[in-house]
Amino acid sequence: MAAPLKAEYPSVSEDFDSSAKIVKFVALKKHREEDAAQGQELASFETLMLPHLDAAHNLARWLLRNEQDAQDVVQEAYLRAFRSFGGFHGGNGRAWLLTIVRNTSYTLLKKNRAADFTTFDEEIHAPSDESVSPATTLEHSEDAELIKEAINELPAEFREILVLRHQEGLSYKEIADIAQIPPGTVMSRLARARGKLKEYLAARIGKEK
Amino acid sequence: MNCKEVINLMDGYLDSELDPVTSQTVEHHLRECPNCDQAYNAHGSLMRAIASSSPYHRAPAGLRERIQSSLREEIGERTTRSVVPDAQPLFPRRLAEARIIRWDTSWNWLALAAAIIFAAIITFNLVPRLRPGSDQLLATQLIAGHVRSLMANHLTDVASSDQHTVKPWLDTKLDFAPAVPDLSSKGFPLIGGRLDYLDNRPVAALIYQRRKHFVNLFVWPVESNAAKATKTISRQGYHLLHWADTDFSYWAVSDVSADDLQTLKQGFEEQTQPHPH
Repeated sequence: MAAPLKAEYPSVSEDFDSSAKIVKFVALKKHREEDAAQGQELASFETLMLPHLDAAHNLARWLLRNEQDAQDVVQEAYLRAFRSFGGFHGGNGRAWLLTIVRNTSYTLLKKNRAADFTTFDEEIHAPSDESVSPATTLEHSEDAELIKEAINELPAEFREILVLRHQEGLSYKEIADIAQIPPGTVMSRLARARGKLKEYLAARIGKEK
Repeated sequence: MNCKEVINLMDGYLDSELDPVTSQTVEHHLRECPNCDQAYNAHGSLMRAIASSSPYHRAPAGLRERIQSSLREEIGERTTRSVVPDAQPLFPRRLAEARIIRWDTSWNWLALAAAIIFAAIITFNLVPRLRPGSDQLLATQLIAGHVRSLMANHLTDVASSDQHTVKPWLDTKLDFAPAVPDLSSKGFPLIGGRLDYLDNRPVAALIYQRRKHFVNLFVWPVESNAAKATKTISRQGYHLLHWADTDFSYWAVSDVSADDLQTLKQGFEEQTQPHPH
């Protein structure tokens, strides 16, 4: 409209030139929009998920029993979580992230340490001294180092459930979702985990005496 | 219910995960049966020992940065994958279309305007995903305040479990004087206090600990016409609990359960109610 003559008889080269500019502009715009959308997605991912970094690390550390592996798994889990972030529709971000951390940890555990999945050896961990009273067990159980060792002796499925319940304070329902077990089994698994822990503590204290 | 059944339910009972009727039956049995009661006490102590003595492995310094940079790399990879390859073939095709349509230079401006509108629509749709009532907006601010306090190593401005340290500190910084009760007896030890800025005014934030988690309790003077009803909001894995008394409006924010927040509220109200004498 500003130059009607020119518009009616556009020279080919000029037309080519400016349409190329438009296309470039549109491509660039598209590029920027995608960048912006990704930046936006990353920002919202980080706001929702980074606050749970300690919980993620803690679970991985207990499952893998090794600091380096734990850090690698947490990093990998955050990447996986980001890739499937589109499937997260609000709700409990901590439980969602912990599920991924748990699955990533198990992948590594299965790969590295088939031994970790052997069932709990009743013989070895049977209380060696039946005479140890519950009171003595409890006295010693205040010892953080002893508790830590005892938990680390347990199979992965017990370590996991103790961490989720006692350290994260999660409900049975949330634990069932993360550990991928029916809600009805959470209580019995917790009972077995605590029972084994108690046996282990009793055995250790018996040995020390 | 016999002893064996009670012992089988003991974990659920101690975890407060039984339905009310079963829970009452167990409670009734424990009062009658000294053996089970002893087992109950021993198991309870074991559980408390696990909770209090097992070390919590916080993420080491540097892990957050490592993750953030790997996420940015991931975005970089995605960008090269998706944009560069299809930008090239797109070029000649669009060029042909553009040549047919373009008979007036004003199309330039139309295209530009369209692109800007398009970008605006995208941004508009992405950014305020919730176009909220004032509560929703406030909830967003409250969660942001809570998350920020945990992220930036800035949980407390005054770190003390002593209410007689925290309260005077807050009083000097604010134009109001909120109550600062110690709720250790309810399982919420006081960690400290902080100033924050919410809803266009400076507010007090009291920080309580629950197990390994933190609760931010935001306090500011209540507006005379504000609704005093208790409210709960859950979002993004955080729970918010709001209540008000004659002077103040309270918002508790945390990732602990909604029930835990109710316990905090009860404890808070018990301690702050004016004594009868």
